Amino acid sequence: MKHKTFFWFFLPTGLAMLIFIAAPIVSVVMQSVFLPVEAVLIETENCGPFGCKVETAIDQEATAKAREANPLGRFAGLEVYKDRGHLAFAEVSEAWRTSDSFGAFFGELSDLPFYRAMTFTLTYTFTVTPLLIMLGFAIAVAVNSLHHRLKGLVIFFSLLPMIVTPLIGSLILFWMIDSRGILGNFISYLASDPDLSLKASTPLMWISLIVYGIWSSAPFAFVVFYAGLQTVPQDTLESAQIDGATRWQQIRYVVIPHLMPLVTFVALIQLMDNFRVLEPIVGFSAQAHATSLSSIILTDLSGETQQLSAAATTSVLTIIGVAILLSPVLVRTWRDFKGRA
Amino acid sequence: MFLKKITAAAVLSIVAGTAYADCGISEGRVSIVGNEFPAIQTIGAGAQSCATDGVEVKTNLTADHQSINLPGMQGDPAEYTSAIIANSSIVALMNDDVIRPLDDLIAKHGGVLKKNQIVTINGKAMAVAFMANAQHLVYRSDLLEKAGLEAPATYEDMLAAAKTLREKGISENPVGGAYKAGWNLAQEFNNMFLGYGGEHFKAGSAEPNVNSEAGVKSLEMMKALSEYMNPDFLTHDSNATNAEYRAGNVALMNMWGSRAATMTDADGVPQEVVDGFAIAGPMTVGGGDTAASTLWWDGFTVAKNISDADAEATFVALMKAIDPSILSDEEVAKQAVWLIDGYAPTDAAKGVFAAANMNTIAYPMLPYMGLMHTALGAELTDFMQGKETAEQALADVEAAYVASAKENGFLQ
Repeated sequence: MKHKTFFWFFLPTGLAMLIFIAAPIVSVVMQSVFLPVEAVLIETENCGPFGCKVETAIDQEATAKAREANPLGRFAGLEVYKDRGHLAFAEVSEAWRTSDSFGAFFGELSDLPFYRAMTFTLTYTFTVTPLLIMLGFAIAVAVNSLHHRLKGLVIFFSLLPMIVTPLIGSLILFWMIDSRGILGNFISYLASDPDLSLKASTPLMWISLIVYGIWSSAPFAFVVFYAGLQTVPQDTLESAQIDGATRWQQIRYVVIPHLMPLVTFVALIQLMDNFRVLEPIVGFSAQAHATSLSSIILTDLSGETQQLSAAATTSVLTIIGVAILLSPVLVRTWRDFKGRA
Repeated sequence: MFLKKITAAAVLSIVAGTAYADCGISEGRVSIVGNEFPAIQTIGAGAQSCATDGVEVKTNLTADHQSINLPGMQGDPAEYTSAIIANSSIVALMNDDVIRPLDDLIAKHGGVLKKNQIVTINGKAMAVAFMANAQHLVYRSDLLEKAGLEAPATYEDMLAAAKTLREKGISENPVGGAYKAGWNLAQEFNNMFLGYGGEHFKAGSAEPNVNSEAGVKSLEMMKALSEYMNPDFLTHDSNATNAEYRAGNVALMNMWGSRAATMTDADGVPQEVVDGFAIAGPMTVGGGDTAASTLWWDGFTVAKNISDADAEATFVALMKAIDPSILSDEEVAKQAVWLIDGYAPTDAAKGVFAAANMNTIAYPMLPYMGLMHTALGAELTDFMQGKETAEQALADVEAAYVASAKENGFLQ
């Protein structure tokens, strides 16, 4: 393609990417290095239904003037990145100096919001992603071998978890695992411990969240793999059959290598999605047991005082986290591209 | 319950529609954002009855009001011409200077207001309060009678009663509590902390002061109470504890006054739960005489970034909505502890009234209180799960608060 043709061809996409992807990222980065101007506080007498009281309030005029002088706020550089709510450099080095074992050090780390969120997020991402790929693949192979009249119906039911809104899906599961719910009761009956409650135990809550994650995302993997299965070369399969390959050997040596690019694709999308886990934490009311970077952003923004700089900083850290997670795959894609060229 | 609400709202809007189809406004735009509970729905419907060809009245009543009211009032002109807020949430609107003083409007249209309905900050009227709220004890008189117990007046009594109820096999988890991680858990801490005589901040500054003896004692009391709660207590907000109470699983609970009237109004609530329902004032703790609770008011504000005509229309429509005549409807009268002239307390209101008479402290209207509340909600869960000591948890709260207060320019 001529460069000029390519330019005009790519221009709409390029513009859209600039406006909807690049510009928001720039604005988030800006917001994370600027802080609101310092508030000018005054003592005021406030009266209301319960009498009068001397309280502190913000001096609006003085603060408005300060805001006008610095519309972007105070420049803080990487201050917010380094504070306790984020990378917590001072606290981490303090913990490193004072703890005498790795266990104690990690105990201290898990007390800091960012590292606690990362522990759960990474555990979640790296258990859910492979398991959902395996489950999705298994469903795809099973559905593919069904009689064609049954296929439509089974595909519809397999897709249900993805069709249900994530928040609703997690709420349904949340009620089922309640200690008075059907699953919660059954599990406590199996363990013959009437006091067992999934929602009161951190490990069980993590397992519930992971099970939910696999349940809700497996259909995505299934759809992709099912489409891929329709393109498996029949002659290769037949020759494998003639060579006496078992069903498992056919899958292992013919089907899986053929679907490998799709596995990479699903892994890429799901790593990104799972790293931003939020809905199940909200749906399961699991904030006491598990937090993720996204749930920290939600907390920052939904409090009575919105903490925009803190939320922006966590967002930038999330973007960096996703970039690091995807880098091996991206590097491979780049190499393939270079190799071809 | 839902049907009843709808009917009440419909009847009200018809009554209102016929009685005051003309609210005396000829032009303007009214757009109200606020929380969603029966009393506020009544206010919303009342304001909407002022809609005419020239006056557009919209309401957006949602539990998420707090995260949308500020952005919705920052634009110029503001999307919302009024936010219905409480003494905690007015602070965020004040901090960003998006609401206007109401003195001129009150002088012109506020004739029916009582003096204590006008909320003034630094001498300027910034909100008009229409109802009061507080958390107080609700209990099952039948179960307590069966165990030979009186309604507890202190949290220590509540613990002892819970022990008896469990030992006698009357109730397995007799105590209910909205201890959901986040806002609710922090609020229960605030109650207990103020009951122990604690102060959230060092006098006259934004420096935190929760890692104190009062803080540790508060946490220990909360932990002791949680032993008698449903093990899932960290996931229970006040909706969930309400449901637990209705199901008959709870005998003693600290509950919002705004929910007390409708506490047992639902299909399928067992008869003994309905009959045994009783309300008492808030409890004290640790021998103190300040109730371990906080006082709240709900009121309305008017946005700053709107035209004078819109501001006037908004104020007049809301004044119509809180007109003393709404109290003639019995359903409306029992929806809340109204601050409106002519309100006679119903039975459901006695808990909030007891709170007002017990030196209960009003929820602090400080610019940095919201940050403290968020920090408490996030950092106390480890202690409640037995993963760290009370001192460690409170030190974490202070560290988290200091970090966010520095970011927001309240601390150097």
